[in-house]
Amino acid sequence: MAGGPSLMDSLFQRSLEDLIKGLRLHNLAAGTAAGTPESSTFLSKSIDEVRREIKSTDQQTKTTALQKLTYLHSLYAIDMSWAAFHAIELSSSTIFNSKRTGYLAASISFNSSTDVILLLTHQLRKDLNSGNPHEVSLALQTLSSICTPDLARDLTPELFTLLNSNKGFIKKKAIATVLRVFELYPDSVRVCFKRLVENLENADVGIVSAIVGVFCELANKEPRSYLPLAPEFYRILVDSRNNWVLIKVLKIFAKLVPLEPRLGKRVVEPICEHLRRTGAKSLAFECIRTIVCSLTQHELAVKLAAEKIREFLTEDDPNLKYLGLQALAAIAPKSLNAVVENKEVVIKSLSDEDVNIKFEALRLVMAMVSEDNVAEICRVLINYALKSDPEFCNEILGSILSTCSRNYYETIVDFDWYVSLLGEMARVPHCQKGEEIENQLVDIGMRVRDVRPEVVHVGRDLLIDPALLGNPFIHRILSAAAWVSGEYVEFCKNPFELMEALLQPRTNLLPPSVRAVYIQSAFKVLTFAAYFYFYPEEALAASISGVGESVHNGWCEQSSDSVSGQTVTFSEPDEGFNPRMLHQPQKDASGNDGKKMISDLEQVSSCSVKMGHFTKDCLVGMVNLVESTLRPMAGSHEVEIQDRVKNVLGLIELIRQEIHGCLVPKEEENDRGELKACEIVRVMHDAFSEELGPVSLSAQGRVPLPDGLELKENLSDLEAICGDFRIPVLSSFSLEKPRSLEKDVVTVSDQQNEEECEPSSESTSLLTEHRKRHGIYYLPSEKKEKVPNDYPPANDLSMQDKVNDEVDYLVKLTEKSLVPKKKPIAKPRPVVVKLDDGDRIHINETLPELKEDLISDAVQEVLLGSQAVASSSRTDKSDKSSNRRSRKETFRPLESNADSTTVEIAELGNKNSRRIKHRTHGKERSHRSSKKATGESDRSDRPNSSHPHGKHKSRQRADGMENVAAESPVIPDFLL
Amino acid sequence: MIHFVLLISRQGKVRLTKWYSPYPQKERTKVIRELSGLILPRGPKLCNFVEWRGFKVVYRRYASLYFCMCINQDDNELEILEIIHHYVEILDRYFGSVCELDLIFNFHKAYYILDELLIAGELQESSKKTVARHIAAQDSLVETAKEQASSLSNIIAEATK
Repeated sequence: MAGGPSLMDSLFQRSLEDLIKGLRLHNLAAGTAAGTPESSTFLSKSIDEVRREIKSTDQQTKTTALQKLTYLHSLYAIDMSWAAFHAIELSSSTIFNSKRTGYLAASISFNSSTDVILLLTHQLRKDLNSGNPHEVSLALQTLSSICTPDLARDLTPELFTLLNSNKGFIKKKAIATVLRVFELYPDSVRVCFKRLVENLENADVGIVSAIVGVFCELANKEPRSYLPLAPEFYRILVDSRNNWVLIKVLKIFAKLVPLEPRLGKRVVEPICEHLRRTGAKSLAFECIRTIVCSLTQHELAVKLAAEKIREFLTEDDPNLKYLGLQALAAIAPKSLNAVVENKEVVIKSLSDEDVNIKFEALRLVMAMVSEDNVAEICRVLINYALKSDPEFCNEILGSILSTCSRNYYETIVDFDWYVSLLGEMARVPHCQKGEEIENQLVDIGMRVRDVRPEVVHVGRDLLIDPALLGNPFIHRILSAAAWVSGEYVEFCKNPFELMEALLQPRTNLLPPSVRAVYIQSAFKVLTFAAYFYFYPEEALAASISGVGESVHNGWCEQSSDSVSGQTVTFSEPDEGFNPRMLHQPQKDASGNDGKKMISDLEQVSSCSVKMGHFTKDCLVGMVNLVESTLRPMAGSHEVEIQDRVKNVLGLIELIRQEIHGCLVPKEEENDRGELKACEIVRVMHDAFSEELGPVSLSAQGRVPLPDGLELKENLSDLEAICGDFRIPVLSSFSLEKPRSLEKDVVTVSDQQNEEECEPSSESTSLLTEHRKRHGIYYLPSEKKEKVPNDYPPANDLSMQDKVNDEVDYLVKLTEKSLVPKKKPIAKPRPVVVKLDDGDRIHINETLPELKEDLISDAVQEVLLGSQAVASSSRTDKSDKSSNRRSRKETFRPLESNADSTTVEIAELGNKNSRRIKHRTHGKERSHRSSKKATGESDRSDRPNSSHPHGKHKSRQRADGMENVAAESPVIPDFLL
Repeated sequence: MIHFVLLISRQGKVRLTKWYSPYPQKERTKVIRELSGLILPRGPKLCNFVEWRGFKVVYRRYASLYFCMCINQDDNELEILEIIHHYVEILDRYFGSVCELDLIFNFHKAYYILDELLIAGELQESSKKTVARHIAAQDSLVETAKEQASSLSNIIAEATK
């Protein structure tokens, strides 16, 4: 007898109460924060104690130790997996308290990875068969929370017996536990389902409640299988007066009715009856929810539900209000009237103190949006956004943006208004929706041709406001504004002002990527101005077709007004002159310009004459402004910026020469250089004025795969190669930058080739070397090889002298590089990537193509299968649905079960008959004709059915499909 | 179904946790932290539902204790509120005007009562009386066992004297 030490232990053991008191004391002493050193030492000390005590042979000591550990585990998240065996040991105790403690510890701490859990099987079985109902109840409770597939399999027979227990409360627990067992061991359904169904007719409300709860959960996952039980549920719906039961039954019907419309007609009346009579809000709400979700065809019911929702909304209880709004949101798509009737409440709820209610109200408001009221609603919402906290404000902005852009802006009629609304949103103080607004501005610019002047106008307003540059959240919007201004510069009323805005000093607050967009836009504006100068007639003609005259007047006025100012600056075309000087006169000019913007039509004709004379000065002014601002940035460490700055500077160089050429012998049109420079400007302008369209999502997929491109090759050794590639390149960049910069400035040639100018000559040589070594990873493109070859030697200093030749050469080059790949050049960076889907203009072309693909796929599938009888679309659909079902299904055997219920419920649970049935199904199926064979063959082609049980599954699935077809005629017999 | 039940004090201390869906220990701590942050700051006049990770958490405050239950999006929130109230009433009856301390020192009893009320995330017994009766019966079982044990230890104690 080892009673001695254990007795000592039990005498001096710290009880649970002592432990809790100790913990509280230490926590209080050490302040509120748990995990302070003092309390944690106490904790670890207690755990050590528990570790010692739990090994005791005395049941009482052990029980207390485990109890303490359970306490620490559940409230302090202390690991107790090491004590799993002790819990099992105690659960076999004859003392009820120890048993209870053991089971409690097990149910709280065990999980599927507890390895000793199998040792519990025997004890559970024993207790499930026990004569003491409380022991049975303990075992059931534990099983329900820690059930594993193995436990489920081993204990199914016991559960089956307990489903017929004559003790009500045991039966209830067994029923609830069966749900878990079904989930983990689907075969148990065959054994237990019949008893479950029988219990539906039980007189005891508690048992019916439990059983309905189980079916509610089951139906949640796969409702179709339970359609045959509809009559039983219907009886409960009509007879029961217990709210708990009714709520669950309603939930079941909410799932069943959409599958079988005739069911709706039957249940709608009792549901309305419950709704009218009940005083319990929970039941009333469940009725409402069932009606608005599943019974929307029944107008009277919907009307009644709407009435009740109204009652909910007028209550003071925030819970009811919230639920009312939710129900309203559910009803909105079907009966917008109900929402509109309660418009007042909804709008008021926008300023509710409860965030949930506010969000729900916002969702509802957005549901009410239509073509007619979108402007009004957005106005109201923006006002709310201005007043509310940042989070909700952004929620509002976000939902406006997503609602208005829905389905290619289908609700928007007046795009001018919408674009200006976007501009307004950018100015909402808390706005953090920069990215979305950016996308939409660019998107609308590209999709909606007519709105472009307004887009440019909005962009201008955003760009010229220096205050906005300080807010990092709207940098993305500014980026979009810069992009649209550059892309659609022909609509710009005042390019000088725009250029100034793009180059204003505060742009250094922008992140490099956005700044790069700014510079690129400046590039476009400059190109446009130069083009306007060199080809005034063409420019006029071109833009008159698209733009109103006022623009031209603006241009002309600008030029005439700014003469005085420009001449001043032009008189000293010194490299290092102060940009301020340049800014000043231009600002005046633009000020005047703004006022004179609307001028008479007569001027148009005279303008063109004037233009040739004056614009030169303007152009020179602009060129000087750009150069003086951008020159310092040529040394930027950001590649994107550096790149673009060099492009612009290259263009400036070119224009300079042109202008100089003009200055001396103006009439010598034959001058080769001049001609070529103009040519380049024209080519570039053409390139830039190339329309950019949105890119379809599937565009990439339609690009044919180039020959010899190995996509499926294993690239695991690529990393090593990249490693030895990257290091030299980086070093060459950092070291050589200043030198290569100067060279590149001279190299006019690369101004268009943004992509190609990246590898400097040094890195190019490295690249070629690398290419030699790892040739397989390179594309066999001729282009890439050609471009470096065509490059003028970077350090050719003589080039500047022989500009004319170079220019000649350049024209060739640009022709070569521009024509085949106009797109990449014409597309400035950030925007193109954001595009999605087809586009409004292309939609007709792209969508049918996609559809055709689907159909042809389906047709192919059918053809591959065998003699296709069914129409392609039908096979396609059924195939899809079966796939969907197969993925959702967790209770596969249930389906085969439902199969037999369909035939005859009484047969349920009878193992033998089912097996036979199953087999016959299998056989039948093999003789079955085309359609199913097709379905199966292509299913088995799919990767997810390559599962070991694939074949079995697909057979069952096929059976399931058959049920679907077979069920519909059967149900009415039950119902009617 | 109910995914888990949490009892959190106003100071953010956990008083009881019961998980009906599998959550690993790490996740549990995270969930508790997240929900305390979400629920505790909410004012008294707000609604009792919080949307969280695609679920709904229904909570109700009794004195300094928040009773929280997590349910599916389409479950009935009002029903859960009633269940919470039910549980509190049973506790109240059992302890005689229950307070936080009762639950702290009798955490296991709180579990046993909860187990009689809910099983596998479903309500199993809607009658307060029945639950009370079961708990009382179990307690009496414990008592008789204890008496036996204590008499036994008495015997041993006497024997070792």
